[in-house]
Amino acid sequence: MPEQMFFAMEVILNGLMAGVLYALVALGFVLIFKASGIFNFAQGVMALFAAMTFVGIQNGQVPFSHLINAVFGTHIHYFGWEVHSILAIILTIGVMILLAWAVQAFVFRHLVGQEPIILFMATIGLAYLLEGVADLMWGSEIKKLDVCLAEGTCLPQGMNLAFDEFSARVFDQPFGMFIDNLDITATIIAILLVTALVMFSQYTKQGRAMRAVADDHQAALSVGVSLNYIWILVWSVAGFVALVAGIMWGAKSGVQFSLSLIALKALPVLMLGGFTSIPGAIVGGLIIGVGEKLFEFAIGPMIGGATENWFAYVLALIFLVFRPQGLFGEKIIERV
Amino acid sequence: MKMKLGTMAVAAVMAASPVMADLVFPSLSYRTGPYAAGGIPFADGYADYMTLLNERDGGIGGVATRILECETGYNTEKGVECYEATKGEGSLVYQPLSTGITYQLIPKATADDIPVHSMGYGRTSAKNGNVFSHVFNYPANYWDGASGAINYLLEANGGDISGKKIALVYHNSAYGKEPIRTLQNLAEKHGFELMEVAVDHPGQEQKSQWLQIRRERPDNVLMWGWGVMNQVAIQEAANIRYPMENFIGIWWSGSENDVLPAGDAANGYKALTFHGVGDDFPVFDDIQKYVVDAGKAAGAGDQVGTVLYNRGLYAAMLAAEAAKKAQEIHGVADITAGMMRDGMEALDITEAKMAELGLPNFGPEFAVSCENHGGNALVGVTQWDASAGTWSLISDFKATDGDVIGPLIEEDSASYASENGIDPNCG
Repeated sequence: MPEQMFFAMEVILNGLMAGVLYALVALGFVLIFKASGIFNFAQGVMALFAAMTFVGIQNGQVPFSHLINAVFGTHIHYFGWEVHSILAIILTIGVMILLAWAVQAFVFRHLVGQEPIILFMATIGLAYLLEGVADLMWGSEIKKLDVCLAEGTCLPQGMNLAFDEFSARVFDQPFGMFIDNLDITATIIAILLVTALVMFSQYTKQGRAMRAVADDHQAALSVGVSLNYIWILVWSVAGFVALVAGIMWGAKSGVQFSLSLIALKALPVLMLGGFTSIPGAIVGGLIIGVGEKLFEFAIGPMIGGATENWFAYVLALIFLVFRPQGLFGEKIIERV
Repeated sequence: MKMKLGTMAVAAVMAASPVMADLVFPSLSYRTGPYAAGGIPFADGYADYMTLLNERDGGIGGVATRILECETGYNTEKGVECYEATKGEGSLVYQPLSTGITYQLIPKATADDIPVHSMGYGRTSAKNGNVFSHVFNYPANYWDGASGAINYLLEANGGDISGKKIALVYHNSAYGKEPIRTLQNLAEKHGFELMEVAVDHPGQEQKSQWLQIRRERPDNVLMWGWGVMNQVAIQEAANIRYPMENFIGIWWSGSENDVLPAGDAANGYKALTFHGVGDDFPVFDDIQKYVVDAGKAAGAGDQVGTVLYNRGLYAAMLAAEAAKKAQEIHGVADITAGMMRDGMEALDITEAKMAELGLPNFGPEFAVSCENHGGNALVGVTQWDASAGTWSLISDFKATDGDVIGPLIEEDSASYASENGIDPNCG
């Protein structure tokens, strides 16, 4: 096989894997938009907040310790224990549910019936508030993230050697294709997550209620579905998705403020896949992932590189021109 | 009536004049935002050294120092706002802590007769004091960094790197592009192939770049990164099994923040530096005694001895020494910003002086003059030991290639001078 073809295949494979990570972020946006019509600008910050909370709990960090120390002149930072990863995930989910309740109780409950732009503005405010709270709660230093089920069985990172050897042998190349073990894990987790979300929305009472609210708020309300409860549920699920995305991205870069910027990677995915479709988020993520990586590989070196950020948006715009609602989005028809 | 008006005018002038009770050192810090993890230790180091001078020595020349902190969030507009808001407080010298803010402050500070110290960042050609009268970038600049890295590789390869392939992974911004021209000239001089790999801000996704590096297998990788780009690059290098000892970052890619997220995989990674690492210097005993234990530390006291804390402390030490020099030149304790500029221009940092300050061998010896605002351009290399969790200085502070850098500085500063109609500053 020609070398360039081999490299292109490696790029496509890695693009697909990157696309899965983009889709993980986009999923949170879709869930909330579908159920409540709110474009949640704070989704990226929720990923940051969730990952910081997870690491903080795991390391036994005292929340708001800097504030406590500044006010009371103490020097406390850690409780002195470490929490198992699974327990830390469960506790973080608890915190995200509390956050969902708080967001609903203190913000969106008071904005029912407002214009979408007002709700969007509220999420911008929420994003900045949450950023500050996360900083105050857990500190702004960069934290190493590890998810370990037992000693030595942590979230894997680095080149998958088996695939490297296998692909080198099959394609008769001096060295094989690179795939990151973390990306493989992220793909498996994304498949499980999407399956769980689909099962939840299809086969549980709450899931069906969620879909009913997504289809028609007023009709759902008329048959006794509590909008408040469903919106808390949706924000909780989006919080859980944010935790998964935060863990996967945080494992690459450490948990730090920049995690909130992963939302930038989700926007072209949403434009392409549609704001209301879970399959759209997945397919959109994969198309963006492969598209940007292939463009960088084929054209990037000719024009100075670093094309991925803008090319993802160009790709999304091209799709928008032909399908404004996105690949899987619902066509909006407004009668005037 | 005239008397009354005169009294009022004097009173108004007195009210408008800065209070000269303290020596004011503004700190354009960034304790919030995406780069806070880097901004906090620097700001802490800067403030703690000034606190030490107050607590131990009663200030500088008997006048207390005062840190005037203003949060920029590493944002250029906010940085300029901070400058405007604090310059009237008697601010002696600005450390903009951002190349973007530095570029904005160069004309403003020059017009206001306030010096700017952009230590290891900012406009490289500001080294030419003949053009940039109020900007100082001692002890080293980005082009020194590029040359220092190549000199280190030359030494490691017996003086010959011809035919080698060296990749530059850089932040796709003015900062990241700074070393390209120097490296291109050095590639021509030494016969190595330069491979340029751009990473877009913020650098959270670098798969394409590291696949390219894996494909093209450069002998060495240099990095001009900042923030999350550094952590991801080091992790991706580890992922593709790139030998860490062949990977060298600029000084803004060489703190604990950059290597800790990758864990053991970052072992052996190298970074350039222009100051010492660790806390094995006598001054840290004083910091502990007079600042941290006394509950007067700027932060939680947990950053003492980290790379960026040391950089902040080093910047404060250089500012304090320049203030002392200014007091000596002008014979007054309450110096003004203009006098501070004179002190900076006459600064002479010797090993004896650093030892006296409790910082033996902490940084290179250098002298500043009217023509040379950049010092002696000496650069060292550090290496990360993941198991010990420490950086070590693995080379002396060595000279960089003035033959290549000098003409570039002349060219760039001459173009700035002609664009802005600047006459030579030095007689």
